Amino acid sequence: MKKLMKGNYALAEGAIRAGCRLFAGYPITPQTEILEYLSSHMAEAGGTFVQTESELAGINMVIGAAAAGARAMTSSSGPGFSLKQEGISYLSSMEVPAVIVDVMRYGIGLGNVVLGQADYFQVTKGGGHGGYKVPVYAPASVQENADFVFKAFDTAEAYRTPVIILSDAAIGQMMGSVELPDPIEHDINKFDWTLKGRDARHPTGRKMTDVIYYDYAFDDYDPHIRARYAKMHDELQEWEEVETEDAELLMVAYGISSRVCKEAVRLARGEGIKAGLLRPITLWPFPEKAMTKFNGRIKGYLSVEMNACGQMVEDVALHAGGTKVYSDPTGRKVADSEDLVALIKDILAGKIEEVF
Amino acid sequence: MAITKQIPDTIFAANSFCPGCGHGIVIRLIAEVLDEMDLSDRTIGVLAVGCSCLVNRTLAVDLMQSAHGRATAAAAGIKRTRPGNLVFTYQGDGDAISIGIAETLYSAQRDEKITQIIVNNGVFGMTGGQMSPTTLVGQRTATSEKGRNSEINGDPVNIMKLLSQFNTAYLARGSVHDAANILKTKQYIRTAFELQMRGEGFTCVEVISPCPTNWHMTPDQAVERIANEVLEVYPLGEFVKGEHQK
Ligand SMILES: Cc1ncc(C[n+]2csc(CCOP(=O)(O)OP(=O)(O)O)c2C)c(N)n1
Ligand code: SF4
Repeated sequence: MKKLMKGNYALAEGAIRAGCRLFAGYPITPQTEILEYLSSHMAEAGGTFVQTESELAGINMVIGAAAAGARAMTSSSGPGFSLKQEGISYLSSMEVPAVIVDVMRYGIGLGNVVLGQADYFQVTKGGGHGGYKVPVYAPASVQENADFVFKAFDTAEAYRTPVIILSDAAIGQMMGSVELPDPIEHDINKFDWTLKGRDARHPTGRKMTDVIYYDYAFDDYDPHIRARYAKMHDELQEWEEVETEDAELLMVAYGISSRVCKEAVRLARGEGIKAGLLRPITLWPFPEKAMTKFNGRIKGYLSVEMNACGQMVEDVALHAGGTKVYSDPTGRKVADSEDLVALIKDILAGKIEEVF
Repeated sequence: MAITKQIPDTIFAANSFCPGCGHGIVIRLIAEVLDEMDLSDRTIGVLAVGCSCLVNRTLAVDLMQSAHGRATAAAAGIKRTRPGNLVFTYQGDGDAISIGIAETLYSAQRDEKITQIIVNNGVFGMTGGQMSPTTLVGQRTATSEKGRNSEINGDPVNIMKLLSQFNTAYLARGSVHDAANILKTKQYIRTAFELQMRGEGFTCVEVISPCPTNWHMTPDQAVERIANEVLEVYPLGEFVKGEHQK
């Protein structure tokens, strides 16, 4: 049965249905509805909600719960997400699955609570220390806000890694119809490796620590890390294609911007312009498998995102294989489909200079 | 007093702390208490960043390594997931009282049903003996070469006093500088574990402990310093015991 729901609430309800039983977080706009929803609904599901003293405490409580076998989640935005990065690095090094949500806002420093897609760099490039990588899912609808929590927990467990859901203020605040996934129960004893008290298989106790300290000999550590991320890179790429088969120009956009780009494709096609959309669903790993299909065949990529200088455009360029890359960082304004069609016409007419 | 003691079952390898370090004694006490309470199979410990990292290689219980200062938050996450387990943190004074002061205070404030063990040696041991929040006024360290100056650095932090602001189940400060106090400290740890297993609430045992290496002293001089100088600032005893109002 479909329900009309706000994006942030759908994500929060999705978390409960995905078996998440510990949420620890701190208020920050525009993710606060996730916190508010879970503050009242988590207890009903038999789980724990804690409003912690800071984002640091939140992510570390999640680390503890996840290490002990729970499906655990925290959420934040921009400045608060920055504070979670140390914890994400620890999760990566301990190889503990957990889900972290960033409902993006706009700007540097305190920035602003308005719509934006300003956290691409810090989320996809492993903003914490050490050079880890984290699978990142970017929902573009209320439905995906609910569905991607399931996906995120499943990926997190399959690869024993933290996973980030990169939502944004627009997706979080919009009302949309959603078919909520059926709830599942998660067994905290599902995995042998979680902390639960020593047993015959672990007579000296499990030691959950940086793998570099305990599990690997000096020469084995780097190959292990490389293999781990190569596997995620190869297996996790996901994307959506809209009118790509005969496209001359492909927009690349995720989240709120991708919704406008979809409309722009429709308008452009109405005018006989062969535009299409490549929407990354995973931002790391970036869907380069999709791009290799189009590289050299199309006239260019147009990266559309809501920040000041363009961030994702660098990943588009990295995988474009010499195909021209154009950039439309729309700043604080949500992209406009008619403006995009005009821009596409100009690009195809050779009036716009590529950035890469 | 010549006592020969067996190595507790819950110790699986010799520790690698410096000679005369108090950490080795505290870990032994924890192991003895776990053996006596038959709890080692149900225990999960959270180690701090500092010399406590070394505990991974000696204590035979499930352990996780937390980020610097965040051990009590992680422990709270574990305990809330597995309320039937004994969950304790093992932290230095730098970890628990400097960078982790917010997590320490708020774990007490929320009355998390965990046991926090703080080994207070008055310095940042692992990083080479810099000043910590508990360094005594006048004490020389790697970052207070002329001695801690309270005008610049403020006064040492008394964590038992701070924690007594909250409604907790148990707060005690012991020391491992002589046999009698080692026995008392063991009793404090046991009481804290017992109260936790009864579901009473937040329990914390601070242990005054020598770091001969960074105090630039022999082990004997270090324990004398505790008796003569340190205990004046950090009096021992049980500060909260069972007066829990819930
Ligand atoms: C975020 C962060 N800051 C600094 C450090 C470096 N560091 C490692 S151990 C330590 C201090 C440990 O001192 P204490 O907690 O008193 O424990 P001890 O080693 O004395 O037992 C510091 C600052 C770190 N690992 N992480
Ligand atoms: S540096 Fe100090 S605290 Fe660390 S092991 Fe040596 S004596 Fe113990």
